[in-house]
Amino acid sequence: MSLVEQVKSGERLALARLLSQLEDGEPAGQEALNQLYPHTGKAHLIGVTGAPGTGKSTLVNQLVLELRQGRGWTLLEGGPPRVAVLAVDPTSPFTGGAILGDRIRMRDLAGDPGVFIRSMASRGALGGLARTTGSLVQVLDAAGFDLIFIETVGAGQAEVQIASTAYTTVVVDAPGLGDEVQAIKAGILEIGDLIVVNKSDLPGAERSLKALRSSLELGHPARRRVRAPAQASPGDEENGEIWMPLVLPITATTGEGIPELLNALVQHRRYLVGSGELAERVRSRIRSEMEDRLRERLLRRALAARPSQSFEAMLERVLARELSPQTAIDAFLDGDGP
Amino acid sequence: MNQKKVRVLIAKPGLDGHDRGAKVVARALRDAGFEVIYTGLRQTPEMIAEAALQEDVDAVGLSVLSGAHMALIPRVLELLRAQGQEQLPLLLGGIIPDEDIPRLKEMGVVEVFGPGTATDQVIQAFQRATDAAQGG
Repeated sequence: MSLVEQVKSGERLALARLLSQLEDGEPAGQEALNQLYPHTGKAHLIGVTGAPGTGKSTLVNQLVLELRQGRGWTLLEGGPPRVAVLAVDPTSPFTGGAILGDRIRMRDLAGDPGVFIRSMASRGALGGLARTTGSLVQVLDAAGFDLIFIETVGAGQAEVQIASTAYTTVVVDAPGLGDEVQAIKAGILEIGDLIVVNKSDLPGAERSLKALRSSLELGHPARRRVRAPAQASPGDEENGEIWMPLVLPITATTGEGIPELLNALVQHRRYLVGSGELAERVRSRIRSEMEDRLRERLLRRALAARPSQSFEAMLERVLARELSPQTAIDAFLDGDGP
Repeated sequence: MNQKKVRVLIAKPGLDGHDRGAKVVARALRDAGFEVIYTGLRQTPEMIAEAALQEDVDAVGLSVLSGAHMALIPRVLELLRAQGQEQLPLLLGGIIPDEDIPRLKEMGVVEVFGPGTATDQVIQAFQRATDAAQGG
């Protein structure tokens, strides 16, 4: 049986091997993904992001545990969803090594055949995910997982790539991480469809909740639709849809607030489907993946079409400040090299 | 485009109370350029085998201080075999009496490290084991 057939029939070792091939950029892995691609598009993708130590892994552990007990999210055909987790941790910029420790917090999920957890190192990518995370998600989707959680590296303010990869983005915050000004800065808080204040048993949780809520009320970028789904009236789906990011208190270690979060995840999924925004997000995600691949191919083609020393010669001229990078590239493309 | 990284699992089976040694090894391997999946304390053999499979690692390093190695290690090896991963190198560290080492190696343990082993020695053993497993 081919690797593709094995992955489709749920063989976990074959799945794990294919994920490695894609991470390592092996052509055989890409070939297998090409064949699996028609089987993708069924899974719901949930991103979980937030600063280091806010409790992302613990939160994912609790959510998946509940989901696997049939709470919060049931399939049309009944039964709990099959869940995959992709957890990204940072690669050392100095040695290329990494410690991938997210499984430590997910030990409750061990031994469940309906759960598959895979750790990934970021391998130099800066957006909070690894370059190949999208490909691994596609394989897990084709392998029949209904829900895929994507946990980013401990993110600062600018690691927002998750928003264009997942359909629902959960931003995890914790008390004491910043004042009201942090809450109105651009970046990570803007991408949250759901914002969770974890460790809400700690002092300061109430203040964090208030700061986040009032920041959201201060207004949204023009395209954000306002009003909480609970306040939506039945006709809203026809006359312009609405999603006001919800801010929820959670204590992931005890499971406090998890049912409310699961409920919000289901509501958001419903909103995405009902409003047509899911289709929009899928389209823009696939468009940006195709553009990335095109950019990469065109770069390689442009470099391959010219003598290998001509780019290097341009580099030298820019280093010597004879040309700007822009004029050097114009000359390179015009074949007007030295 | 091919950028193969070596991935290893570091875990502690059984009921040991601390994981200082395992953390030192994990950190040293990270600094040597490995991707280290670290699962921490109190792992059952089943959890270890499952993590090794899902993570598709190139080697497994276990640390046992409790004296339960002669019960835990054969079980881990058996589970890995049952998954079709009998070729996966398993390295062991911790408090292991000398007289147990030949038996463990017979079972298939590649290397056994006692207290005081230099981290360089551990790194080299992982490098040898993962090179051999990948046929290069």
